[in-house]
Amino acid sequence: MYKYIWLVPLLPLIGAAINGFFGRKFRFSERLIGGIAVGSVALSFLISVASVVTYGFGSNQGWPKPYVTSQDGFSFDWIPAGAISINQGRQARLDMELNRKAEEKLASIPPEERTHPQAILVAAPFEAPRYGVLNIEWSYQLDPLSAIFMLIVTGVGLCIFVFATGYMHGEAGFYRFFAYMGLFMFAMLVLVMGSNFLMMFVGWEGVGLCSYLLIGYYFDRQEAANASRKAFITNRVGDFGFALAVFGVIATFGSAQYTEVFEQAKSYPIEYIGHWGILSWIALGLFIGACGKSAQLPLHVWLPDAMAGPTPVSALIHAATMVTAGLYMVTRTNVIFQHSQTMLLVVALIGAATAIFAATIGITQNDIKKVLAYSTVSQLGFMFMACGVGAFVIAIFHVMTHAFFKALMFLGAGSVIHGMHHEQDMRRMGGLKKYMPYTYWTFFAGWLAICGIIPFSGFWSKDEILWNAASTTYIPYGWIIWLIGTIAATCTAFYMTRLMAMTFWGKERFLDQPAGGEADEAHASAFDKGLSQHDAVMASAGDRPHHEPGEHVGPADQHDFHTQATHVHIPHESPKSMWVPLVVLAVLATIGGFFGVGPAFRFITGSELPGGKLNIVRWLDPIIWNPVTREFGKEEVHASAERGTQAPAEGEHAVAAYQNVSPSLAHAVESRLQSELGTEWLFIVISLVVAGIGIGLGFLFYVKQPSLADEWASRLRPLYNASYNKYWVDEFYGWAITRRTMDAARAVFTFDSRVVDGAVNGLATLSRLFSRIVGGIDKYFVDGLVNSIAAFVARLMSPLFRAAQTGFTQNYALVMVLGLMIGIVAFYGADIVRAAADTAAAIKSMFGISF
Amino acid sequence: MVTYLVHGLIFFLQETGSTPQAGMKNAMLEGLKHPDLSKFLVVGALLFIIGVAGVLTRRNIIVIFMSIELILNAANLNFIAMSRYLQQTGSVNALAGQIFAVFVIVVAAAEAAIGLGIVIALYRNKETIWIDEIDLLKW
Repeated sequence: MYKYIWLVPLLPLIGAAINGFFGRKFRFSERLIGGIAVGSVALSFLISVASVVTYGFGSNQGWPKPYVTSQDGFSFDWIPAGAISINQGRQARLDMELNRKAEEKLASIPPEERTHPQAILVAAPFEAPRYGVLNIEWSYQLDPLSAIFMLIVTGVGLCIFVFATGYMHGEAGFYRFFAYMGLFMFAMLVLVMGSNFLMMFVGWEGVGLCSYLLIGYYFDRQEAANASRKAFITNRVGDFGFALAVFGVIATFGSAQYTEVFEQAKSYPIEYIGHWGILSWIALGLFIGACGKSAQLPLHVWLPDAMAGPTPVSALIHAATMVTAGLYMVTRTNVIFQHSQTMLLVVALIGAATAIFAATIGITQNDIKKVLAYSTVSQLGFMFMACGVGAFVIAIFHVMTHAFFKALMFLGAGSVIHGMHHEQDMRRMGGLKKYMPYTYWTFFAGWLAICGIIPFSGFWSKDEILWNAASTTYIPYGWIIWLIGTIAATCTAFYMTRLMAMTFWGKERFLDQPAGGEADEAHASAFDKGLSQHDAVMASAGDRPHHEPGEHVGPADQHDFHTQATHVHIPHESPKSMWVPLVVLAVLATIGGFFGVGPAFRFITGSELPGGKLNIVRWLDPIIWNPVTREFGKEEVHASAERGTQAPAEGEHAVAAYQNVSPSLAHAVESRLQSELGTEWLFIVISLVVAGIGIGLGFLFYVKQPSLADEWASRLRPLYNASYNKYWVDEFYGWAITRRTMDAARAVFTFDSRVVDGAVNGLATLSRLFSRIVGGIDKYFVDGLVNSIAAFVARLMSPLFRAAQTGFTQNYALVMVLGLMIGIVAFYGADIVRAAADTAAAIKSMFGISF
Repeated sequence: MVTYLVHGLIFFLQETGSTPQAGMKNAMLEGLKHPDLSKFLVVGALLFIIGVAGVLTRRNIIVIFMSIELILNAANLNFIAMSRYLQQTGSVNALAGQIFAVFVIVVAAAEAAIGLGIVIALYRNKETIWIDEIDLLKW
C-alpha cells in the first residue's frame, strides 16, 4: 500500500481543482463541495494510515530506511540535469579527510609505542575541483518523520474539514474556501512528503500562498487584506533565508535529495561554539526560514494578524499544520543543525524567548482567537526550544500533541464564535458552559492538555521539553532555557485558565452587554466608550460578517431566539458537523500523549520507552543523527549499552560529542540527590506545580475575585500596557521597517524623478541640440558638397556621353565591333604578334625574302 | 574566329613551308583539290569580315540584313568545317557542328522574318529604310 503514497497529496489537489474550477460555474451545492473536499482528504488519510502501517509495521524489511517512490518508478525529473560546481564546504571536507588520515595513522601505531599526547603528522589532503550533475526529481519519501506529519496533516485536517463544512455554512465563497483548503493540503503534504529540499521549498511556498489566500478570504475587509499581505511579506524574509540555505546545500553536497545530503553531512566535522563553518551557514539560513514560517521571534508578527481568516483556517494552518513546517524542517535537517552548536544555541534561545514573549502577551488579550494565536506562537517557541537542546524527537512529539489540542481549541473557539453570532471578544462572553456543553467539555480537555496536567497529552510533551532543557548536553546554559520555559508554562496555564473563565464560566456577560452580534477589538472599544450598542464604529476586524462604519448592526440571525428588549443573542450549541470533530480531537488531545511516555515512568510501564515502535522516541529515532556515533539513530548506542559493552552513559556520550557544555542543571541536581529517578521526578513535579500555580492564579483572578484582575492591571500598568500592546513590536516594525522602507522608496522616487529622469531629459535636450547641429552640417555642407560635385560631373561629362548617344544603329554596331577587336587584341594580341612573326620567318625561309 | 583564321593561315604556311621547294607547286594544287580545315576557316573569316563591313557601312537596312546573313553563314561554315575536321580525326561528337549549323539557319530564318517585319513597320511610320535617317534609338 505504501507504494501509493503519491496519491496522498494528489487527492486533495484533485478535490481542490474540481471545487475551484467547477464549483462556481456549475453552482455546486454546499453538500457536494463539502463532500468532495472531505472525501478527498478522508481518502488521503486512509491511504496515509494504510501506507504507514504496511511500511512501518508489516513484515517490510525497508524500515526504518526512507522509502522513496522513485524506487518503484514514481518520480520524474522535475528540474532536469544541469552541471554544477560543488565548491562550498571545501575546508570542512579537507578537515574531515585530515582527521580520517590522522586516525588511520594513529591506529597503525601499536598502543605500546604511543606517547601521550601523540603527535601525528599527516600529509594535507588535496581536493580536486568537484563538479556534479544536479537532477531534481519529484518523488515522495516515506520515513518516520514524514509518516507522523502525513498522519497529523491528513488526520487533523480531516477533522477541520468536517468542522468547516458546518462553520462555513451559508458563505458565498464556500467553493473558494474549500478549493484553497484542498490546495493547502496538497502543498503541505508535498512539503512533508517530498524527498528533497526543492520539493520542501515548493510545498513551503505553496502553503505560504494558501495561507495568504485564506487569511485574505474575506478580501473585501481591509484588515483581512492587510493581514494576508503582512503574512506573505513576513514569510518572504524567512523564505529568502531558506532559499539561500538550499543553494548552500546544493553547493556543498551537490545534491538536494535528503538521503544523499544527509549521508554526506553525517561525517562532517562538528562546528562548536566559536567555530562558524559552512554547515552553520546552512543551518542559519534554514532557521531563518523556520522563523518565518513558524512565527519565531523576529518574524512572529504575522501570525496573530492571521486570525483575520476564517477560524477553521486558523485551526488548520495557523495552529496545527503549516506553522509546524519550521519544526519539520529543523528536525528533517537535524544532522545539519547538530553539526552547528552555535545554531543549536540560537535555536534554543530564540525558542525560549518566543515562548515567554508570546505567553506574556497572551495574558492580556481579549479576543479569543488572539489569545490562542499567541498561545500558538508560545508553543512553537517551546518546540524550537526542544530542537535547540537537541531533543528533536520531543519537538515533533509536541508538534503532534499541540496539533491535537490547539486544533481542538481553535475549533472550540470557532464553535464559540459561531454560537455567539460572531462575537470574538471574551469580555462579552461568560457562562457558555450552560449553552454549549459539547464545546465546553471538549475545550476543557484541551485546556488541561495545554496546561500540562497529567495525563493529558500536553503534559507528556511539555514536560519532556523542560526535562531535556534542564538536562541538555548539547548547549551551555540549558538551565536558562529551562527557567524561561517553566515561567512560560506558568503563563500558559494562567492565560488558558483566564480564557476558560472568561468564556465558559462565571457571569453571562452577554446578557448585560450585548454588543451587536459581531465583535472584535474595534467594537469592544466602541462599547467601552459607551457608544450605541448596535452601531459599529469601525469596519469590523473579526471573522465575519462585514460591517461598514456607521452601519446599524441589529439582530442578524432572525431564526435564533433573542430577547426583544435588549436584542441579546442567546448562544446556541453548534451543529453536529462541528462538535463531532471536536469530540474526536478532544479524545486525541487526551490520549495523544501516551505515544511518548518518558523514561521517568519506567517503574509503572516497566520499560524505558514503552510501546515498542509506537513510542515516538523509538519511532523517530532512525532519522535523528547521533553526534557520538556519527550515524543515524541513537538507540543503537542504548542497545549496546544494555548489552553490557563498555559504552558510557548517555550524558558522558554527549559531553564527548560537544565541547563548551557546562554540567547541566539536571546533572547538578542529580549529584545532590544521588538518584536519577528522583531527579526526573523532581522536574516532573516542578512542571506540574507551576501548571497548578498558573491555573490557581487564573482561578483566583477570574473566578474567585474578578476584581483582582483590574486591580493588578492598574498596579502593574506599564507591564500591562506593554503586554496588551504586544510590546509595541508592530509599532516598532511600522516605524523601523515600514516607514523606513517608505522613506527609502520616496527617496528613490525622488532620485528617479529628479536625477534619473533629469539625466534622461538632459540627454534628450543635448541630443536634440546635437542633432540640429548635425542636421545643419548635413544640409549645408554635405548636401552642398554632393550637389556641387554632381553638378560639376554633370557639366563636365554630359557632352561626352550625349555625343555617344547618336541613335544611329551603325554607330552602336561599330562600337560593338571595336569592342570585340579590343577584346581580341587584349586576349590574343600576343598570339597574333607571335603568329605574324612566325609567318614572316616562314615566308623568309621559304622565299628567301625579308621584310 | 580570327584565331581560327590566323592559326589556319599559319598551319597552311607551315605545312607548305615544310615541303621541299621543288614540290611546292604540287602541294598547293593538292591543297586546292582536297582543301583542309584552314582553307575553310580562311573563307569563313573572309565572309565574316565582309559581313561586318557591310553591316557597318551600308545604309539600306535590307542590305544590312543581307550582311548579317553573311556573318551567320561565316559561322555556319566554320561549324561545318570543324565538324568535317573532327570527323576525319575520329572524334565522337563530330555531328554537333552540323546540328548547330542547322540551328543557326533556322534561327536566321526566324530572325529575318521578324527583322523584315520590323523594317516594314519602320517604313510605314518613317517612310524610309535608310538607316542613317532612323535615329529612334537615341531616345
